[in-house]
Amino acid sequence: MAQDLLKLKRQATDIRKRNLRLIFEAHHGHTGGDLSAADILTVLYFGGVLQVDPDHPKAPDRDRFFMSKGHCSGLLYTTLALAGFFPEAELSTYMQPLSRLSGHPSTHVPCVEANTGALGHGLPIATGAALAAKLDGTPWRAFVLTGDGELQEGSNWEAAMIAAQQELENLICIVDRNRLQMMGRTERISALEPLAEKWRAFGWAVCEVDGHDHVELLEHLTHLPVAKGKPTCIIANTCKGRGVSFIEDRAACHHRVPTEAELNAALEELDAACTIR
Amino acid sequence: MSQDETIELHDCRNAFASALEALAERDPRVMVLCNDSVSSTKLTHFAERYPDRLLNIGIAEQAMLGMGAGLAIGGKLPFIAGAACFLTARALEQIKNDLAYTHTNVKICGVSTGLAYGPLGATHHAIEDIAWLRAIAGMTIIVPADPVESAQAVEAAAETEGPIYLRFSRMGVPIVHSPDYQFRIGRAARLRDGSDVTLIACGTLVPRILEAAERLARQGITARVLNMATIRPIDRDAIVKAVAETDAIVTAEEHTIYGGLGSAVAEVVATAGTRFCPVGTLGIPGVFAPTGSAEFLMDYFGLTPKGIVNAAMDLLARR
Repeated sequence: MAQDLLKLKRQATDIRKRNLRLIFEAHHGHTGGDLSAADILTVLYFGGVLQVDPDHPKAPDRDRFFMSKGHCSGLLYTTLALAGFFPEAELSTYMQPLSRLSGHPSTHVPCVEANTGALGHGLPIATGAALAAKLDGTPWRAFVLTGDGELQEGSNWEAAMIAAQQELENLICIVDRNRLQMMGRTERISALEPLAEKWRAFGWAVCEVDGHDHVELLEHLTHLPVAKGKPTCIIANTCKGRGVSFIEDRAACHHRVPTEAELNAALEELDAACTIR
Repeated sequence: MSQDETIELHDCRNAFASALEALAERDPRVMVLCNDSVSSTKLTHFAERYPDRLLNIGIAEQAMLGMGAGLAIGGKLPFIAGAACFLTARALEQIKNDLAYTHTNVKICGVSTGLAYGPLGATHHAIEDIAWLRAIAGMTIIVPADPVESAQAVEAAAETEGPIYLRFSRMGVPIVHSPDYQFRIGRAARLRDGSDVTLIACGTLVPRILEAAERLARQGITARVLNMATIRPIDRDAIVKAVAETDAIVTAEEHTIYGGLGSAVAEVVATAGTRFCPVGTLGIPGVFAPTGSAEFLMDYFGLTPKGIVNAAMDLLARR
Protein backbone atom coordinates (compact mmCIF):
# COMPACT_ATOMS: atom_id res chain seq x y z
CA MET A 1 0.00 0.00 0.00
CA ALA A 2 2.77 2.41 0.98
CA GLN A 3 4.54 1.52 -2.25
CA ASP A 4 1.36 2.13 -4.24
CA LEU A 5 0.89 5.49 -2.59
CA LEU A 6 4.44 6.49 -3.35
CA LYS A 7 3.85 5.53 -6.97
CA LEU A 8 0.71 7.63 -7.08
CA LYS A 9 2.54 10.57 -5.58
CA ARG A 10 5.25 10.32 -8.22
CA GLN A 11 2.62 9.93 -10.91
CA ALA A 12 0.82 13.07 -9.76
CA THR A 13 4.11 14.95 -9.82
CA ASP A 14 4.87 13.67 -13.32
CA ILE A 15 1.44 14.73 -14.50
CA ARG A 16 1.82 18.21 -13.00
CA LYS A 17 5.27 18.67 -14.52
CA ARG A 18 4.28 17.44 -17.96
CA ASN A 19 1.08 19.49 -17.76
CA LEU A 20 3.01 22.68 -17.00
CA ARG A 21 5.42 22.04 -19.86
CA LEU A 22 2.46 21.49 -22.15
CA ILE A 23 0.96 24.84 -21.17
CA PHE A 24 4.31 26.56 -21.53
CA GLU A 25 4.92 25.07 -24.99
CA ALA A 26 1.41 25.81 -26.22
CA HIS A 27 1.34 29.30 -24.67
CA HIS A 28 -2.21 28.40 -23.71
CA GLY A 29 -3.96 26.55 -20.95
CA HIS A 30 -5.71 26.73 -17.63
CA THR A 31 -2.85 26.38 -15.18
CA GLY A 32 -4.76 26.87 -11.93
CA GLY A 33 -7.59 24.44 -12.63
CA ASP A 34 -5.29 21.81 -14.14
CA LEU A 35 -3.11 21.68 -11.04
CA SER A 36 -6.16 21.79 -8.79
CA ALA A 37 -7.61 18.59 -10.26
CA ALA A 38 -4.33 16.75 -10.89
CA ASP A 39 -4.60 14.50 -7.85
CA ILE A 40 -8.20 13.62 -8.64
CA LEU A 41 -7.30 12.50 -12.17
CA THR A 42 -4.20 10.70 -10.91
CA VAL A 43 -6.30 8.64 -8.53
CA LEU A 44 -9.01 8.02 -11.13
CA TYR A 45 -6.65 6.81 -13.86
CA PHE A 46 -3.69 5.43 -11.89
CA GLY A 47 -5.35 4.40 -8.64
CA GLY A 48 -7.40 1.62 -10.21
CA VAL A 49 -10.67 3.52 -9.93
CA LEU A 50 -11.76 3.95 -13.56
CA GLN A 51 -12.23 0.68 -15.43
CA VAL A 52 -10.77 1.84 -18.73
CA ASP A 53 -8.21 0.15 -20.95
CA PRO A 54 -5.83 1.98 -23.31
CA ASP A 55 -5.84 -1.10 -25.55
CA HIS A 56 -9.63 -1.11 -25.73
CA PRO A 57 -10.77 2.48 -25.27
CA LYS A 58 -14.20 1.71 -26.73
CA ALA A 59 -14.87 -1.47 -24.70
CA PRO A 60 -18.67 -1.50 -24.16
CA ASP A 61 -18.36 -2.13 -20.43
CA ARG A 62 -15.81 0.60 -19.75
CA ASP A 63 -16.55 3.23 -17.15
CA ARG A 64 -17.46 6.54 -18.80
CA PHE A 65 -15.58 9.59 -17.54
CA PHE A 66 -16.73 13.08 -18.48
CA MET A 67 -14.43 16.05 -17.96
CA SER A 68 -17.11 18.66 -17.44
CA LYS A 69 -14.53 21.29 -16.50
CA GLY A 70 -13.37 20.98 -20.07
CA HIS A 71 -11.10 24.01 -19.92
CA CYS A 72 -8.73 21.73 -18.01
CA SER A 73 -8.11 19.72 -21.17
CA GLY A 74 -4.37 20.15 -20.62
CA LEU A 75 -4.60 18.03 -17.48
CA LEU A 76 -6.91 15.48 -19.11
CA TYR A 77 -4.69 15.02 -22.17
CA THR A 78 -1.55 14.80 -20.05
CA THR A 79 -3.14 12.16 -17.85
CA LEU A 80 -4.48 10.16 -20.80
CA ALA A 81 -1.11 10.27 -22.57
CA LEU A 82 0.77 9.14 -19.47
CA ALA A 83 -1.84 6.43 -18.96
CA GLY A 84 -1.08 5.15 -22.45
CA PHE A 85 -4.14 6.24 -24.40
CA PHE A 86 -2.01 8.06 -26.98
CA PRO A 87 1.71 8.81 -27.43
CA GLU A 88 3.16 11.31 -24.98
CA ALA A 89 5.01 13.02 -27.84
CA GLU A 90 1.67 14.15 -29.23
CA LEU A 91 1.22 16.43 -26.21
CA SER A 92 3.51 18.93 -27.94
CA THR A 93 0.72 19.52 -30.48
CA TYR A 94 -1.65 20.83 -27.78
CA MET A 95 -3.78 23.59 -29.35
CA GLN A 96 -1.56 23.72 -32.43
CA PRO A 97 -3.26 24.03 -35.84
CA LEU A 98 -5.22 20.88 -36.78
CA SER A 99 -4.13 18.99 -33.66
CA ARG A 100 -6.79 16.73 -32.19
CA LEU A 101 -5.68 18.04 -28.80
CA SER A 102 -8.08 20.94 -28.95
CA GLY A 103 -8.33 23.51 -26.16
CA HIS A 104 -11.36 21.67 -24.81
CA PRO A 105 -11.74 17.88 -24.77
CA SER A 106 -12.39 16.27 -28.13
CA THR A 107 -13.74 12.80 -28.82
CA HIS A 108 -11.05 12.43 -31.45
CA VAL A 109 -8.83 11.62 -28.47
CA PRO A 110 -9.16 8.04 -27.18
CA CYS A 111 -11.13 7.76 -23.93
CA VAL A 112 -12.74 11.20 -24.31
CA GLU A 113 -16.46 10.45 -24.33
CA ALA A 114 -17.94 13.87 -25.14
CA ASN A 115 -16.90 17.26 -26.44
CA THR A 116 -17.19 19.19 -23.20
CA GLY A 117 -16.07 22.69 -22.38
CA ALA A 118 -19.29 24.64 -22.31
CA LEU A 119 -19.93 24.48 -18.58
CA GLY A 120 -22.82 22.59 -17.07
CA HIS A 121 -22.91 19.88 -19.75
CA GLY A 122 -21.01 17.02 -18.13
CA LEU A 123 -23.45 16.09 -15.40
CA PRO A 124 -26.53 15.80 -17.64
CA ILE A 125 -24.56 13.68 -20.12
CA ALA A 126 -23.19 11.48 -17.32
CA THR A 127 -26.73 11.14 -15.97
CA GLY A 128 -27.91 9.82 -19.33
CA ALA A 129 -24.96 7.44 -19.54
CA ALA A 130 -25.58 6.14 -16.01
CA LEU A 131 -29.24 5.63 -16.89
CA ALA A 132 -28.28 3.61 -19.98
CA ALA A 133 -26.07 1.33 -17.87
CA LYS A 134 -28.75 0.92 -15.25
CA LEU A 135 -31.44 0.07 -17.80
CA ASP A 136 -29.18 -2.55 -19.36
CA GLY A 137 -28.20 -3.95 -15.99
CA THR A 138 -24.51 -3.52 -16.83
CA PRO A 139 -21.91 -2.85 -14.13
CA TRP A 140 -20.13 0.14 -15.62
CA ARG A 141 -20.38 3.57 -14.01
CA ALA A 142 -20.48 7.19 -15.15
CA PHE A 143 -18.02 9.59 -13.53
CA VAL A 144 -18.03 13.32 -14.05
CA LEU A 145 -15.61 15.95 -12.81
CA THR A 146 -17.07 19.42 -12.52
CA GLY A 147 -15.52 22.67 -11.48
CA ASP A 148 -17.10 24.44 -8.55
CA GLY A 149 -17.86 27.72 -10.32
CA GLU A 150 -19.48 25.57 -12.98
CA LEU A 151 -22.18 24.60 -10.49
CA GLN A 152 -23.63 28.06 -11.01
CA GLU A 153 -25.04 26.63 -14.27
CA GLY A 154 -28.64 25.55 -13.73
CA SER A 155 -28.41 22.48 -15.97
CA ASN A 156 -26.41 20.74 -13.22
CA TRP A 157 -29.27 21.01 -10.80
CA GLU A 158 -31.78 19.78 -13.37
CA ALA A 159 -29.64 16.69 -13.79
CA ALA A 160 -29.09 16.37 -10.03
CA MET A 161 -32.86 16.14 -9.52
CA ILE A 162 -33.32 13.59 -12.29
CA ALA A 163 -30.37 11.41 -11.18
CA ALA A 164 -31.74 11.21 -7.64
CA GLN A 165 -35.24 10.48 -8.91
CA GLN A 166 -33.87 7.64 -11.05
CA GLU A 167 -31.74 6.34 -8.14
CA LEU A 168 -28.61 6.31 -10.28
CA GLU A 169 -26.17 4.84 -7.80
CA ASN A 170 -23.76 4.23 -10.69
CA LEU A 171 -23.32 7.99 -11.16
CA ILE A 172 -20.46 9.77 -9.40
CA CYS A 173 -20.00 13.50 -9.57
CA ILE A 174 -16.70 14.83 -8.27
CA VAL A 175 -16.59 18.56 -7.61
CA ASP A 176 -13.18 20.22 -7.82
CA ARG A 177 -13.90 22.62 -4.98
CA ASN A 178 -11.03 25.09 -5.22
CA ARG A 179 -13.27 28.04 -4.37
CA LEU A 180 -11.94 30.19 -7.19
CA GLN A 181 -13.50 31.01 -10.50
CA MET A 182 -12.02 33.20 -13.21
CA MET A 183 -12.86 36.54 -11.62
CA GLY A 184 -12.43 35.65 -7.97
CA ARG A 185 -13.85 33.68 -5.04
CA THR A 186 -16.96 31.66 -5.79
CA GLU A 187 -18.43 32.78 -2.48
CA ARG A 188 -18.13 36.42 -3.45
CA ILE A 189 -19.53 36.01 -6.96
CA SER A 190 -22.43 33.57 -6.54
CA ALA A 191 -22.01 31.62 -3.33
CA LEU A 192 -22.20 27.83 -3.50
CA GLU A 193 -22.21 27.12 0.24
CA PRO A 194 -23.63 25.20 1.92
CA LEU A 195 -22.64 23.01 -0.99
CA ALA A 196 -22.78 19.57 0.65
CA GLU A 197 -26.20 20.39 2.07
CA LYS A 198 -27.39 21.45 -1.38
CA TRP A 199 -26.42 18.09 -2.88
CA ARG A 200 -27.96 16.22 0.05
CA ALA A 201 -31.16 18.20 -0.34
CA PHE A 202 -31.19 17.14 -3.99
CA GLY A 203 -31.15 13.50 -2.89
CA TRP A 204 -27.48 12.64 -3.32
CA ALA A 205 -25.07 10.81 -1.03
CA VAL A 206 -22.32 13.30 -0.31
CA CYS A 207 -18.81 13.01 1.06
CA GLU A 208 -16.23 15.72 1.46
CA VAL A 209 -12.59 14.88 1.01
CA ASP A 210 -9.24 16.56 0.76
CA GLY A 211 -8.89 16.55 -3.02
CA HIS A 212 -5.11 16.34 -2.79
CA ASP A 213 -5.00 13.44 -0.35
CA HIS A 214 -4.67 10.26 -2.37
CA VAL A 215 -5.58 8.06 0.59
CA GLU A 216 -8.82 9.91 1.19
CA LEU A 217 -9.69 10.02 -2.49
CA LEU A 218 -9.02 6.30 -2.88
CA GLU A 219 -10.94 5.47 0.25
CA HIS A 220 -14.11 7.00 -1.19
CA LEU A 221 -13.65 6.24 -4.88
CA THR A 222 -13.04 2.54 -4.28
CA HIS A 223 -16.09 2.15 -2.03
CA LEU A 224 -18.91 3.12 -4.33
CA PRO A 225 -21.78 3.69 -4.16
CA VAL A 226 -21.64 5.62 -0.93
CA ALA A 227 -25.35 4.95 -0.31
CA LYS A 228 -27.61 2.36 -1.88
CA GLY A 229 -29.95 3.83 -4.47
CA LYS A 230 -28.36 7.28 -4.49
CA PRO A 231 -25.98 9.01 -6.86
CA THR A 232 -22.72 10.04 -5.20
CA CYS A 233 -21.26 13.53 -4.98
CA ILE A 234 -17.68 13.78 -3.82
CA ILE A 235 -16.78 17.32 -2.92
CA ALA A 236 -13.02 17.39 -3.31
CA ASN A 237 -11.68 20.37 -1.41
CA THR A 238 -8.73 21.55 -3.44
CA CYS A 239 -6.38 24.44 -3.94
CA LYS A 240 -6.28 26.06 -7.35
CA GLY A 241 -2.73 25.84 -8.71
CA ARG A 242 -1.77 23.19 -6.13
CA GLY A 243 1.89 22.25 -6.01
CA VAL A 244 3.45 25.49 -7.16
CA SER A 245 3.66 28.11 -4.44
CA PHE A 246 3.50 31.15 -6.69
CA ILE A 247 0.48 29.83 -8.58
CA GLU A 248 -1.52 28.45 -5.66
CA ASP A 249 -4.87 29.99 -4.77
CA ARG A 250 -4.63 32.95 -7.13
CA ALA A 251 -7.53 33.80 -9.39
CA ALA A 252 -5.02 35.44 -11.74
CA CYS A 253 -3.55 31.99 -12.42
CA HIS A 254 -6.82 30.71 -13.91
CA HIS A 255 -5.32 30.75 -17.37
CA ARG A 256 -1.99 32.46 -16.96
CA VAL A 257 0.86 30.83 -18.90
CA PRO A 258 4.12 30.60 -16.90
CA THR A 259 7.27 32.26 -18.17
CA GLU A 260 10.32 30.07 -18.73
CA ALA A 261 11.82 31.09 -15.42
CA GLU A 262 8.54 30.38 -13.67
CA LEU A 263 8.27 27.01 -15.38
CA ASN A 264 11.75 26.01 -14.22
CA ALA A 265 11.08 27.19 -10.70
CA ALA A 266 7.77 25.29 -10.71
CA LEU A 267 9.35 22.05 -11.95
CA GLU A 268 12.06 22.36 -9.31
CA GLU A 269 9.53 22.93 -6.57
CA LEU A 270 7.44 19.94 -7.66
CA ASP A 271 10.50 17.68 -7.76
CA ALA A 272 11.65 18.85 -4.36
CA ALA A 273 8.23 18.25 -2.80
CA CYS A 274 8.13 14.75 -4.25
CA THR A 275 11.51 13.80 -2.85
CA ILE A 276 11.17 15.32 0.60
CA ARG A 277 7.85 13.81 1.70
CA MET B 1 -70.33 21.95 -48.05
CA SER B 2 -67.24 22.77 -50.07
CA GLN B 3 -65.06 20.05 -51.51
CA ASP B 4 -62.26 20.80 -49.03
CA GLU B 5 -64.33 19.91 -46.03
CA THR B 6 -64.74 16.33 -47.22
CA ILE B 7 -60.99 15.67 -47.14
CA GLU B 8 -59.89 13.69 -44.11
CA LEU B 9 -57.26 15.44 -42.02
CA HIS B 10 -54.58 13.72 -39.93
CA ASP B 11 -52.43 14.68 -36.98
CA CYS B 12 -48.85 13.68 -37.82
CA ARG B 13 -48.08 13.18 -34.13
CA ASN B 14 -50.15 9.98 -34.21
CA ALA B 15 -48.14 8.58 -37.11
CA PHE B 16 -44.96 9.54 -35.26
CA ALA B 17 -46.08 7.77 -32.09
CA SER B 18 -47.16 4.60 -33.91
CA ALA B 19 -43.94 4.47 -35.90
CA LEU B 20 -41.88 4.92 -32.75
CA GLU B 21 -43.77 2.14 -31.03
CA ALA B 22 -43.19 -0.19 -33.97
CA LEU B 23 -39.52 0.75 -33.92
CA ALA B 24 -39.25 0.09 -30.19
CA GLU B 25 -40.71 -3.35 -30.73
CA ARG B 26 -37.92 -4.22 -33.15
CA ASP B 27 -35.02 -2.32 -31.64
CA PRO B 28 -34.34 -2.77 -27.92
CA ARG B 29 -32.03 0.27 -27.94
CA VAL B 30 -34.96 2.65 -28.49
CA MET B 31 -35.61 4.85 -25.48
CA VAL B 32 -37.82 7.93 -25.18
CA LEU B 33 -37.33 10.98 -22.99
CA CYS B 34 -40.13 13.50 -22.44
CA ASN B 35 -40.33 16.78 -20.57
CA ASP B 36 -43.74 16.11 -19.00
CA SER B 37 -45.04 16.02 -22.55
CA VAL B 38 -46.24 12.42 -22.77
CA SER B 39 -49.78 13.29 -23.86
CA SER B 40 -48.91 16.19 -26.18
CA THR B 41 -46.43 13.96 -28.02
CA LYS B 42 -49.16 11.28 -28.28
CA LEU B 43 -46.93 8.80 -26.50
CA THR B 44 -49.40 7.74 -23.81
CA HIS B 45 -49.86 4.34 -25.43
CA PHE B 46 -46.10 3.93 -25.83
CA ALA B 47 -45.66 4.70 -22.15
CA GLU B 48 -48.25 2.10 -21.19
CA ARG B 49 -46.71 -0.53 -23.42
CA TYR B 50 -43.07 0.23 -22.56
CA PRO B 51 -43.11 1.81 -19.11
CA ASP B 52 -39.36 1.28 -18.69
CA ARG B 53 -38.47 2.80 -22.03
CA LEU B 54 -40.24 6.13 -21.80
CA LEU B 55 -38.98 8.41 -19.11
CA ASN B 56 -40.74 11.60 -18.14
CA ILE B 57 -37.78 13.46 -16.69
CA GLY B 58 -39.77 16.52 -15.72
CA ILE B 59 -39.56 20.05 -17.04
CA ALA B 60 -35.83 20.31 -17.70
CA GLU B 61 -34.89 20.54 -21.35
CA GLN B 62 -31.19 21.26 -20.94
CA ALA B 63 -30.63 18.19 -18.82
CA MET B 64 -32.93 16.16 -21.06
CA LEU B 65 -30.94 16.86 -24.22
CA GLY B 66 -27.66 16.27 -22.39
CA MET B 67 -29.04 13.00 -21.06
CA GLY B 68 -29.93 12.04 -24.61
CA ALA B 69 -26.26 12.33 -25.53
CA GLY B 70 -25.31 10.27 -22.47
CA LEU B 71 -27.84 7.57 -23.31
CA ALA B 72 -26.40 7.36 -26.82
CA ILE B 73 -22.87 7.17 -25.41
CA GLY B 74 -24.17 4.31 -23.28
CA GLY B 75 -25.43 2.47 -26.35
CA LYS B 76 -29.09 3.50 -26.44
CA LEU B 77 -31.03 5.00 -29.35
CA PRO B 78 -32.78 7.92 -27.66
CA PHE B 79 -35.74 9.82 -29.09
CA ILE B 80 -36.42 13.04 -27.21
CA ALA B 81 -39.95 14.30 -27.63
CA GLY B 82 -41.60 17.51 -26.58
CA ALA B 83 -42.96 20.84 -27.74
CA ALA B 84 -40.54 22.13 -30.37
CA CYS B 85 -40.43 25.63 -28.92
CA PHE B 86 -38.82 24.40 -25.69
CA LEU B 87 -36.79 21.49 -26.99
CA THR B 88 -34.83 23.59 -29.42
CA ALA B 89 -34.43 27.03 -27.88
CA ARG B 90 -33.99 26.06 -24.24
CA ALA B 91 -31.45 23.37 -25.00
CA LEU B 92 -29.73 24.86 -28.03
CA GLU B 93 -26.22 24.64 -26.57
CA GLN B 94 -26.78 21.00 -25.65
CA ILE B 95 -27.95 20.34 -29.21
CA LYS B 96 -24.86 22.09 -30.57
CA ASN B 97 -22.25 20.50 -28.29
CA ASP B 98 -23.63 17.28 -26.86
CA LEU B 99 -25.50 16.12 -29.96
CA ALA B 100 -24.00 17.72 -33.06
CA TYR B 101 -20.37 18.44 -32.11
CA THR B 102 -19.99 15.19 -30.18
CA HIS B 103 -21.99 13.50 -32.96
CA THR B 104 -24.20 11.40 -30.73
CA ASN B 105 -26.97 9.26 -32.14
CA VAL B 106 -29.89 11.24 -30.69
CA LYS B 107 -33.21 12.02 -32.38
CA ILE B 108 -35.06 15.17 -31.37
CA CYS B 109 -38.79 15.04 -32.04
CA GLY B 110 -40.32 18.50 -31.84
CA VAL B 111 -44.10 18.56 -31.86
CA SER B 112 -46.67 21.34 -32.07
CA THR B 113 -44.35 23.18 -34.41
CA GLY B 114 -44.72 26.48 -36.21
CA LEU B 115 -47.91 28.31 -35.32
CA ALA B 116 -49.67 25.18 -34.04
CA TYR B 117 -50.04 26.59 -30.54
CA GLY B 118 -51.65 29.66 -32.12
CA PRO B 119 -53.68 31.33 -29.36
CA LEU B 120 -51.15 30.44 -26.63
CA GLY B 121 -48.95 33.16 -28.05
CA ALA B 122 -45.43 33.66 -29.31
CA THR B 123 -43.73 31.99 -26.31
CA HIS B 124 -45.19 28.73 -27.60
CA HIS B 125 -44.76 29.25 -31.33
CA ALA B 126 -41.81 27.40 -32.82
CA ILE B 127 -41.03 29.49 -35.85
CA GLU B 128 -37.27 29.84 -35.44
CA ASP B 129 -36.33 26.21 -34.70
CA ILE B 130 -35.26 25.32 -38.24
CA ALA B 131 -33.05 28.41 -38.48
CA TRP B 132 -31.35 27.71 -35.16
CA LEU B 133 -30.65 24.07 -35.92
CA ARG B 134 -29.80 24.63 -39.59
CA ALA B 135 -26.81 26.71 -38.55
CA ILE B 136 -25.32 23.78 -36.63
CA ALA B 137 -22.85 21.52 -38.41
CA GLY B 138 -23.87 17.91 -38.66
CA MET B 139 -27.57 18.40 -37.93
CA THR B 140 -30.16 16.76 -40.12
CA ILE B 141 -33.56 18.48 -40.18
CA ILE B 142 -36.69 16.74 -41.41
CA VAL B 143 -40.16 18.29 -41.67
CA PRO B 144 -42.62 15.60 -42.77
CA ALA B 145 -45.76 16.65 -44.61
CA ASP B 146 -48.22 13.89 -43.82
CA PRO B 147 -48.63 10.68 -41.82
CA VAL B 148 -47.08 8.54 -44.55
CA GLU B 149 -43.93 10.62 -44.55
CA SER B 150 -43.92 11.05 -40.76
CA ALA B 151 -43.79 7.31 -40.18
CA GLN B 152 -41.05 6.86 -42.75
CA ALA B 153 -39.06 9.76 -41.33
CA VAL B 154 -38.98 8.05 -37.93
CA GLU B 155 -37.65 4.89 -39.58
CA ALA B 156 -35.08 6.79 -41.62
CA ALA B 157 -33.92 8.70 -38.55
CA ALA B 158 -33.39 5.45 -36.67
CA GLU B 159 -31.37 4.01 -39.54
CA THR B 160 -29.18 7.09 -39.90
CA GLU B 161 -26.36 7.56 -37.40
CA GLY B 162 -26.13 11.02 -35.85
CA PRO B 163 -28.34 13.80 -34.51
CA ILE B 164 -31.59 14.36 -36.35
CA TYR B 165 -34.37 16.86 -35.73
CA LEU B 166 -37.87 15.72 -36.69
CA ARG B 167 -40.60 18.34 -36.77
CA PHE B 168 -44.24 17.31 -36.36
CA SER B 169 -47.13 19.73 -36.41
CA ARG B 170 -50.37 19.24 -34.56
CA MET B 171 -52.45 20.85 -37.33
CA GLY B 172 -54.57 18.44 -39.33
CA VAL B 173 -53.13 17.71 -42.77
CA PRO B 174 -54.43 15.67 -45.71
CA ILE B 175 -52.44 12.73 -47.02
CA VAL B 176 -50.28 13.92 -49.93
CA HIS B 177 -48.17 10.82 -50.47
CA SER B 178 -49.31 7.52 -51.94
CA PRO B 179 -48.73 4.37 -49.88
CA ASP B 180 -45.82 3.38 -52.15
CA TYR B 181 -44.01 6.67 -51.48
CA GLN B 182 -40.39 6.23 -50.44
CA PHE B 183 -39.00 8.98 -48.24
CA ARG B 184 -35.25 9.50 -48.45
CA ILE B 185 -33.27 11.89 -46.29
CA GLY B 186 -31.95 14.75 -48.41
CA ARG B 187 -34.18 14.03 -51.38
CA ALA B 188 -37.10 16.27 -52.38
CA ALA B 189 -40.28 14.60 -53.60
CA ARG B 190 -41.69 15.96 -56.85
CA LEU B 191 -45.44 15.79 -56.37
CA ARG B 192 -46.39 17.50 -59.61
CA ASP B 193 -44.48 18.78 -62.61
CA GLY B 194 -44.68 22.04 -64.47
CA SER B 195 -42.43 24.43 -66.37
CA ASP B 196 -43.48 27.95 -65.36
CA VAL B 197 -42.83 28.07 -61.64
CA THR B 198 -41.56 25.75 -58.92
CA LEU B 199 -43.39 25.71 -55.60
CA ILE B 200 -41.34 24.34 -52.72
CA ALA B 201 -42.69 23.68 -49.24
CA CYS B 202 -42.27 21.48 -46.21
CA GLY B 203 -44.66 20.18 -43.57
CA THR B 204 -48.11 21.73 -43.35
CA LEU B 205 -47.52 23.93 -46.38
CA VAL B 206 -47.17 21.03 -48.80
CA PRO B 207 -50.93 20.48 -49.32
CA ARG B 208 -51.28 24.24 -49.71
CA ILE B 209 -48.73 24.49 -52.53
CA LEU B 210 -50.44 21.52 -54.18
CA GLU B 211 -53.74 23.40 -54.05
CA ALA B 212 -51.98 26.54 -55.33
CA ALA B 213 -50.59 24.56 -58.28
CA GLU B 214 -54.12 23.42 -59.06
CA ARG B 215 -55.37 27.00 -59.06
CA LEU B 216 -52.43 28.19 -61.20
CA ALA B 217 -53.22 25.46 -63.72
CA ARG B 218 -56.69 26.90 -64.10
CA GLN B 219 -55.00 30.12 -65.20
CA GLY B 220 -52.78 28.33 -67.67
CA ILE B 221 -49.67 28.35 -65.48
CA THR B 222 -47.96 25.04 -64.82
CA ALA B 223 -46.20 24.59 -61.50
CA ARG B 224 -43.66 22.04 -60.36
CA VAL B 225 -44.37 21.06 -56.76
CA LEU B 226 -41.55 19.90 -54.49
CA ASN B 227 -41.98 18.58 -50.98
CA MET B 228 -38.64 19.53 -49.47
CA ALA B 229 -39.01 17.46 -46.32
CA THR B 230 -35.30 17.53 -45.55
CA ILE B 231 -34.14 21.08 -44.89
CA ARG B 232 -30.62 19.99 -44.04
CA PRO B 233 -28.95 18.53 -46.01
CA ILE B 234 -30.97 20.32 -48.67
CA ASP B 235 -31.57 18.67 -52.04
CA ARG B 236 -29.35 20.98 -54.12
CA ASP B 237 -29.92 19.05 -57.32
CA ALA B 238 -33.68 19.51 -57.18
CA ILE B 239 -33.24 23.25 -56.67
CA VAL B 240 -30.62 23.66 -59.39
CA LYS B 241 -32.96 21.78 -61.74
CA ALA B 242 -35.83 24.07 -60.79
CA VAL B 243 -33.67 27.08 -61.67
CA ALA B 244 -32.78 25.58 -65.03
CA GLU B 245 -36.22 24.34 -65.95
CA THR B 246 -38.70 26.83 -64.47
CA ASP B 247 -38.84 30.64 -64.40
CA ALA B 248 -39.42 31.34 -60.70
CA ILE B 249 -39.42 29.66 -57.31
CA VAL B 250 -41.84 30.24 -54.45
CA THR B 251 -41.11 28.68 -51.06
CA ALA B 252 -43.64 28.36 -48.26
CA GLU B 253 -43.09 27.28 -44.67
CA GLU B 254 -44.62 27.58 -41.23
CA HIS B 255 -41.48 29.29 -39.95
CA THR B 256 -39.79 32.67 -40.07
CA ILE B 257 -38.50 33.58 -43.52
CA TYR B 258 -35.10 34.20 -41.92
CA GLY B 259 -33.00 31.06 -41.93
CA GLY B 260 -35.54 28.38 -42.78
CA LEU B 261 -36.53 26.55 -45.94
CA GLY B 262 -36.79 29.71 -48.03
CA SER B 263 -33.33 30.84 -47.02
CA ALA B 264 -31.87 27.41 -47.68
CA VAL B 265 -33.40 27.38 -51.17
CA ALA B 266 -32.30 30.96 -51.91
CA GLU B 267 -28.73 30.14 -50.86
CA VAL B 268 -28.59 27.36 -53.43
CA VAL B 269 -30.21 29.51 -56.14
CA ALA B 270 -27.79 32.37 -55.50
CA THR B 271 -24.66 30.24 -55.41
CA ALA B 272 -25.40 27.39 -57.80
CA GLY B 273 -28.13 28.68 -60.10
CA THR B 274 -27.27 28.59 -63.79
CA ARG B 275 -29.47 31.51 -64.79
CA PHE B 276 -31.58 34.27 -63.27
CA CYS B 277 -34.48 32.88 -61.29
CA PRO B 278 -36.38 35.05 -58.82
CA VAL B 279 -37.27 33.49 -55.47
CA GLY B 280 -40.23 34.44 -53.33
CA THR B 281 -40.16 33.26 -49.72
CA LEU B 282 -43.43 32.91 -47.85
CA GLY B 283 -43.43 32.40 -44.11
CA ILE B 284 -43.62 34.51 -41.00
CA PRO B 285 -41.99 37.82 -41.97
CA GLY B 286 -39.72 38.55 -39.03
CA VAL B 287 -42.38 39.36 -36.47
CA PHE B 288 -43.83 37.62 -33.45
CA ALA B 289 -47.22 36.29 -34.44
CA PRO B 290 -50.26 37.87 -32.81
CA THR B 291 -52.91 35.88 -30.96
CA GLY B 292 -55.17 33.65 -32.99
CA SER B 293 -55.75 30.05 -33.96
CA ALA B 294 -53.16 28.40 -36.15
CA GLU B 295 -55.61 28.52 -39.07
CA PHE B 296 -56.21 32.21 -38.49
CA LEU B 297 -52.48 32.93 -38.34
CA MET B 298 -51.81 30.97 -41.52
CA ASP B 299 -54.38 33.18 -43.27
CA TYR B 300 -53.00 36.28 -41.55
CA PHE B 301 -49.51 35.64 -42.95
CA GLY B 302 -50.77 34.66 -46.41
CA LEU B 303 -49.70 31.06 -46.00
CA THR B 304 -52.67 29.98 -48.09
CA PRO B 305 -53.15 28.67 -51.63
CA LYS B 306 -54.26 32.20 -52.56
CA GLY B 307 -51.14 33.79 -51.05
CA ILE B 308 -48.93 31.27 -52.82
CA VAL B 309 -50.70 31.87 -56.16
CA ASN B 310 -50.26 35.63 -55.77
CA ALA B 311 -46.55 35.27 -54.97
CA ALA B 312 -46.05 33.07 -58.04
CA MET B 313 -47.95 35.51 -60.30
CA ASP B 314 -45.91 38.45 -59.00
CA LEU B 315 -42.64 36.71 -59.80
CA LEU B 316 -43.79 35.49 -63.21
CA ALA B 317 -44.87 39.03 -64.13
CA ARG B 318 -41.13 39.89 -64.09
CA ARG B 319 -40.39 37.45 -66.94
